[in-house]
Amino acid sequence: MTHSISLPSYLEQSPEVRERFDRLKQRDVLLEIKNLTKTFESNDGTITALDNVSFRARRREFISVIGPSGCGKSTFIRILAGLEYPSSGEVRLDDEEVSGPCPNRGMVFQGYTLFPWLTVKRNVMFGMNMAGHGGTETESQAMQWIDLVGLSKFANAYPNQLSGGMKQRVAIARALANQPRILLMDEPFGALDAQTRAQMQSYLLQIWKNVDITILFITHDLEEAIYLADRILVLKAHPGEVQEVIEVPVPRPRSPEQFILPEFLATKRRLEELIHPKNEYESQELPIIRMTPIGDDVE
Amino acid sequence: MSINNQWLAIRKPLSAKRRLFLTLLSFLLPLSIWSAVSYVDWLWHPMVEIQDKGDVSYFREGNLVKKDIFREENATLIASGGNPAVGVPANPIYLPAPHEVVTAFYTSFTTPPKRRNEPWLHESLIHSVQVIFWGFTLSSLIGVPLGILCGAYSFFSRLHEPFIEFFRYLPAPAFGALSVAVLGIHDAPKIAIIFIGTFFQQVLVISNTTRKLDVSLIEAAQTLGAKKTKLLTKVVVPGILPDLYKDMRILLGWAWTYLIVAEIVGTSTGITWFINQQGKYRIYENVYAAIIMIGIIGLASDLFLAWLGKHLFPWTGRKQSKLSVFFSRLFGPVNQTVFDEK
Repeated sequence: MTHSISLPSYLEQSPEVRERFDRLKQRDVLLEIKNLTKTFESNDGTITALDNVSFRARRREFISVIGPSGCGKSTFIRILAGLEYPSSGEVRLDDEEVSGPCPNRGMVFQGYTLFPWLTVKRNVMFGMNMAGHGGTETESQAMQWIDLVGLSKFANAYPNQLSGGMKQRVAIARALANQPRILLMDEPFGALDAQTRAQMQSYLLQIWKNVDITILFITHDLEEAIYLADRILVLKAHPGEVQEVIEVPVPRPRSPEQFILPEFLATKRRLEELIHPKNEYESQELPIIRMTPIGDDVE
Repeated sequence: MSINNQWLAIRKPLSAKRRLFLTLLSFLLPLSIWSAVSYVDWLWHPMVEIQDKGDVSYFREGNLVKKDIFREENATLIASGGNPAVGVPANPIYLPAPHEVVTAFYTSFTTPPKRRNEPWLHESLIHSVQVIFWGFTLSSLIGVPLGILCGAYSFFSRLHEPFIEFFRYLPAPAFGALSVAVLGIHDAPKIAIIFIGTFFQQVLVISNTTRKLDVSLIEAAQTLGAKKTKLLTKVVVPGILPDLYKDMRILLGWAWTYLIVAEIVGTSTGITWFINQQGKYRIYENVYAAIIMIGIIGLASDLFLAWLGKHLFPWTGRKQSKLSVFFSRLFGPVNQTVFDEK
């Protein structure tokens, strides 16, 4: 079925890409995950969602996390956010152990989770209000973040008056307004249509370029993972283990034209190998009976 | 005919005109049956109203007698050569005609009570509304916060809900004698009956509504730095407010159903006293008028609250009306903004 097309190895990096990674490696470690394990008790016994996951992210790195369903991606990011606790191991942010949710780790969920009773502006101000700030100063700060995501005209709208993509931009502005150290994104564009999703990806890259923020981005879309990330953390299912960490050999700045670059395709092929091992779906041949006349062939 | 034009299509909406037409019809149908039975002589009419008693000694003009008795008496009279009685078909006294009830709507307000110390109809109605108001308000003052706490914290849910679940099966009217013994014969035991009838349902309904709040909203608030009480007051409460309001409307309807029972506890008062009194005097058109009045007050107050709710919670609709902008400014600090408490 798959005709072999010759591609370079995903490990081959052009001099400029290699130089960029060398510079990245000199940055401080921002997030350190050490031997993270998470188990759940269920009726069928103990389920290991994450098994001994270790990983480091440096400041202003863009990390994508990818893996087959059931690999514990969501559990992973929820532990980083402090919404769940690890069974063992630890998460350190700026060399301090993380416990419980805290505004220094912003989170964007797949469901938009905007507060429907607050206007866009009040949603963005929420974090600052919780920290005890208020008044016109806070309001103008919130407006800056709303400008950044290009929604100044909708500052006084309620979330139910916005489209899905706009809601997610507000959610990003709301998380960034707290000036977190890291932005955790759990399949944030998963519910959007293809066109809006492409637009959101380019918005996100622009925001990331202009804001001092490290991003950890969960997705199940291979192209999205490559297009956005510096490095891709590939998890394995049952139990969730680190399978590989891929340095994306595609140069920056990124643009949608790069989707057909050989290094892009090589990375995609590698991810496919890791996530959908060949034998898994090629062996699946359906027991179909021919129901068309002989000679009326489409292939 | 396309499917859009059909009157009967499963799960398809009707046009605004047809909806209005059917709404009117839903009231007109029972009304026309009532009118037919009242005004068409050969429909039902089991009685005869005596117009001329003839030679029957015990008939009185204007009285109602059963049709078969009337016929029997006349048959015996004619056989013995006497003067037959004359009468017209009539319905029993407990079924007045629509126009009599409509008139009663006005006359029952203008007719003074039989005894001087008895209340007028409007006084009875106000008394009933007061009993409902206090019963429902007292129940809500405790029931709403407790319901929210039970919905938000498993601790309160486990501590209170099992008992409340048991208690709500005890019929409120059964506490009549007890509440009179404890609270005396005036309004207090009546308010207590409404309270008992409302409170236990209220806690369970509101805790359920609270539990239905999308948990990811709470998690999002946590990642934004909201903690403990702020999580409750700035996320849980505003999050459930529109649903809470709907629950309260339904619960208020239930409170009305306990009114009649509450009002016969101790001394009979309010609209129930009026209904019983008119029943004793056999002025049934007033009884019907009073029952319909309860329905009208209940429906009107619910429609008003529904209309108000649309404007109180502007974020639930797509468009903002002027009134909702006014409310959002008026209650801004409560509903919408999270100005810091410092």
